[in-house]
Amino acid sequence: MRTRAATRAGQYAALLAYLAFLSFPFLWLLSTAFKPPRELGSLHPTWIPEHPTLANFRQAFDEQPLLRSALNSLLVALAAALIAVCLATPMAYVMARRRTRLARAASGWVVVSQAFPFVLVIIPLFLVLRSLRLIDSQAGLVMVYVVWALPFALWLLTGYVRAVPVELEEAAAVDGAGRLRTLVSVTAPLLAPGIAATALFAFVTAWNEFFFALVLLKTPEKQTLPVVLTRFIGAEGVADLGPLAAAAVLATLPSLVFFALVQRRIAGGMLAGAVKS
Amino acid sequence: MTSVADVKRPALPAPPAHRPARSLDRGAWFLVLPALIPILVLSVGPLLYGILLAFTDAQSGRAAPTRWIGALNFRDLLHDTLFWESFRIGLVWAVGVTVPQFLLALGLALLLNQDLRLRWLARALAIVPWAMPEVVVGIMWRLVYSPDAGVLNETLRDLGLGGGRDWLSSLGTALPAVIVVGVWAGLPQTTVALLAGLQNTPRDLHEAAALDGAGAWRRFTAVTWPALRPVALAITALNLIWNFNAFALVYVLTGGGPGGRTRLPMLFAYEEAFRYGQFGYAAAMGCVMVAVIAVCLAVFLAGRLRGDDDR
Repeated sequence: MRTRAATRAGQYAALLAYLAFLSFPFLWLLSTAFKPPRELGSLHPTWIPEHPTLANFRQAFDEQPLLRSALNSLLVALAAALIAVCLATPMAYVMARRRTRLARAASGWVVVSQAFPFVLVIIPLFLVLRSLRLIDSQAGLVMVYVVWALPFALWLLTGYVRAVPVELEEAAAVDGAGRLRTLVSVTAPLLAPGIAATALFAFVTAWNEFFFALVLLKTPEKQTLPVVLTRFIGAEGVADLGPLAAAAVLATLPSLVFFALVQRRIAGGMLAGAVKS
Repeated sequence: MTSVADVKRPALPAPPAHRPARSLDRGAWFLVLPALIPILVLSVGPLLYGILLAFTDAQSGRAAPTRWIGALNFRDLLHDTLFWESFRIGLVWAVGVTVPQFLLALGLALLLNQDLRLRWLARALAIVPWAMPEVVVGIMWRLVYSPDAGVLNETLRDLGLGGGRDWLSSLGTALPAVIVVGVWAGLPQTTVALLAGLQNTPRDLHEAAALDGAGAWRRFTAVTWPALRPVALAITALNLIWNFNAFALVYVLTGGGPGGRTRLPMLFAYEEAFRYGQFGYAAAMGCVMVAVIAVCLAVFLAGRLRGDDDR
């Protein structure tokens, strides 16, 4: 009994250590974001700001077109998520229901895409988009994000489709519903949570993405939030930590909210994929 | 569209008898093509194009037409000591991040699989690094490492472990410092994958082993690990690839400095392509990186699979 209690105590100690390791950088970011310049410059920084202020946030908005870039990010990520889901759902349906050679090739591609060599792809992609006059355009970036999100979206959605019993569709067919009718009124409603989770995932991926946005968007007014954030470092150096932290906090909020919403679903989707494939 | 369907139809296995075959197949193609075409045009195509580019002297903004130069890029690359140094740093980074990441994630996943009280908080917190844009993770850790206002130096001073250091710009500490950030950033994803694997392990088998007097370690090696193995293998292989291809984190933290000590191959190729405009040469670098990753993975997976046969 005593060893058991000792084990428990050890487990809690380990868990607390993990909690500390995972959370301290984020807490420090929050703390820095609310500190006035004088505290930021002091040699003995404190965890809790002595005179908390919102000035950093105001300054962050003044210095760079933050609001604008946030809107850009929102637009690009929303478009990418919607298009990706619209394209991926039908294909995932076929992949889940039919064991064809194509479905197998597609699953293979899903795996390969996880190992995707961005170095090798970015240069040709840049050239292709340039010849289509889609360099420095958000439409071009959306296209790239859609294709980039497709493999994982396919994987997630295939798992969700498999979870919908075929018998339901067959019953609808026996009742005289056509194929389209079956898809729209039987399968789609059951898939809705999975589709929502997939869309959110694609959104967050696009919202967070940096490399493609850095290469493809040159005009400052068109750039997305992560690219604009790196300009804080470039232009201001180490001197202006406050606004930098404030902007970083703002950039994290949307994806944090989304992840909080879908956390369970994502884990569930991964499970579904892992079990069934 | 019809011709495509006609050509490919023989490849499809015969559909179940109770479904009308013809219309279904055409319908299936109709469902598949919207996703298939963008994939072919914007990812399979560029991949092949990229391999071809590696054998040309393509440069950005040059008037003269691009020419085939055979394997010249690769021959140059062979003697490019800067590239190989960057490659070595990339391998140190990838292994240095992946191994601790796996061990830490395994520990956390095992803890989260227990019936502990703070589990919900840990699960929620474990998601945070995952949800953050990589750029923000980089900025955040810059604040932690910051020589004056950073919490790391302050804590060290409090503990009496000497004065501040400039972690990210001293030659000795820059690479270890970014590796720690890499571990932190990838921990949640690995943990979630391993946790999913853990929840698939047979619980009654665990209890039976406990009844038979197996200790915790014995239960882990005999029951948990065999069930977890495929997931562990997959996530480690993926982590290796992801880490080798990492870009944003180190770009924000050090930009490849000091003195190229953290210049990962991705950063190197990016600079070559988009700062100096050497598209062909950078594509050749990409080919080499992909080839080396493929070989490493094949060796790693083959070794692991052979381990399976031995048992």
